[in-house]
Amino acid sequence: MIEFEEVSFRYPGNRDHVLRDITFHVKKGEFLGISGPSGSGKSTLCLMMNGIIPKTIEGELSGEIYIDGENIKEKEVYEVSEKLGLILQNPESQLFSMTVEEELAFGPENLGIKREEIEERISWALELVGMEKFRDAFPHQLSGGEKQKIAIASLLTMKPEILVLDEPTSNLDPKSRIEIFKIVKKLNKKGMTVVVVEHETDFISSADKILILNDGKIVKYGTPREVFREADYLKHVGIRVPEIVEFSNYLLKGGYVDDIFLSVSEALEVLNVKDRESML
Amino acid sequence: MLRIENLCYEYESGFKLKNISFEIRDGESIAIIGENGSGKTTLVKNLIGLLRPDSGKIFLNGEDTSKMSVAEIARTIGFVFQNPDNQIFASSVKEEVSFGPKNLGMDNIEEKVNDVLKKTDLFKYRDKHPFKLSGGEKQRLALASILVMNPKILILDEPTSGLDLKNAVKLMKIVKNLQKEGKTIILITHDMKLVSDLCERVILMKSGEIIADGKIKEVFNRESLLEKTKIELPEIAKLSKILGFGIIFDPKELYEKWRSLND
Repeated sequence: MIEFEEVSFRYPGNRDHVLRDITFHVKKGEFLGISGPSGSGKSTLCLMMNGIIPKTIEGELSGEIYIDGENIKEKEVYEVSEKLGLILQNPESQLFSMTVEEELAFGPENLGIKREEIEERISWALELVGMEKFRDAFPHQLSGGEKQKIAIASLLTMKPEILVLDEPTSNLDPKSRIEIFKIVKKLNKKGMTVVVVEHETDFISSADKILILNDGKIVKYGTPREVFREADYLKHVGIRVPEIVEFSNYLLKGGYVDDIFLSVSEALEVLNVKDRESML
Repeated sequence: MLRIENLCYEYESGFKLKNISFEIRDGESIAIIGENGSGKTTLVKNLIGLLRPDSGKIFLNGEDTSKMSVAEIARTIGFVFQNPDNQIFASSVKEEVSFGPKNLGMDNIEEKVNDVLKKTDLFKYRDKHPFKLSGGEKQRLALASILVMNPKILILDEPTSGLDLKNAVKLMKIVKNLQKEGKTIILITHDMKLVSDLCERVILMKSGEIIADGKIKEVFNRESLLEKTKIELPEIAKLSKILGFGIIFDPKELYEKWRSLND
């Protein structure tokens, strides 16, 4: 669905590349988590996926990027956005209508979709994000979490196959964060290809694969278990693994477990087994 | 010392702060926690004089703040916004930090500014335009421009939100140094790791009321309180609780406890 082949990029007038030799593939229906410290090139990578770089934000791009098999260089941003929806860190930057309904209708209206179909899509999208009651609300009066849900819904009405979220929860309270996680996971379960960029790694610990960027390069790429086993290295480049994973890394080093665990339920399973063994 | 006695405040929308009373000793660090809409920000706005209580009193070092102007209160209580962009406006880092002291007519401004810039690791950027700074640097600049006025009490609103590990750790170190200097810290945050690292005491708010005031682990060990506030415990704390160690937020601490029991 998303293919990056040896992609490098630098902004005009800059000597250094923001991204260097980036190669990765995301299959249809896969969930990719991307993390890295500030300035590692995460946001630049997102902007490349829908062609804003280099179409709107110019620079020197080498390598090839394919979205659903089509080279992004041959596509306009609006063409890509029918396939791939991009959510930015600050939802306010993408909300502009007087009502939630208008906000959600804007994308499909521009695609020339019939009114009835648009109505259906709006109801469907609002239900998916649990915001049915807010159809007539004024977007700017919503809370941060609600705004982010509307931003997601406004992309869903375009019926994209891929959703890319750039730090979608970094300014939200824990409760709204969890709600956004759940929505994204639900969409992924329904078959949508999902890319989530987060500097906090708890959200992406349930991804199929995790890609770690540092200084514009991919420094780790694998399943969460493979990547999180390197907790010390990640900390060194400035990425915190989820606390529960950090605990399991201590246990692993101390020889109390055979592998790290990623969740409370997994922890209980692993630790109980150990207990039972030691009781025998 | 800051003492709040039976503070009540009601917005036109009907949201109320109800009978808030507590005391913060000099040099103490406390966290005010609670879900969105629980009244944390409204309380803080009352403390710094942006809102004035409908009834009840706030005493700052024994003096009733209802007779003080916002500027007078600001000499003792510094407030650092969650979003640093809301308070940054000058065209260089140095100017930004000099603004407050100039307004207060302080002496030796340059020396004080340099001192604070060093403390917040921004000295090398003193001539840079604030908007060219990274998120973490801007957050520290916002802190520096308050610190330079040398307030006794500092209120930090979600100081680490949106920061990556390196910047969060840096900010935490700065706050720890301020604690050593004897500053009183009031932290408003959702980050329980930060709370457990910096504060011994938490004030838990719900629907405009204080529903708990005590040591962090004691407050979090009370199941009924957590249910009431819908505060989600971090995974690590959930696990430590199930394992029978009570509430622990720090992975290393949990590991030490585990090891001492399993060796």
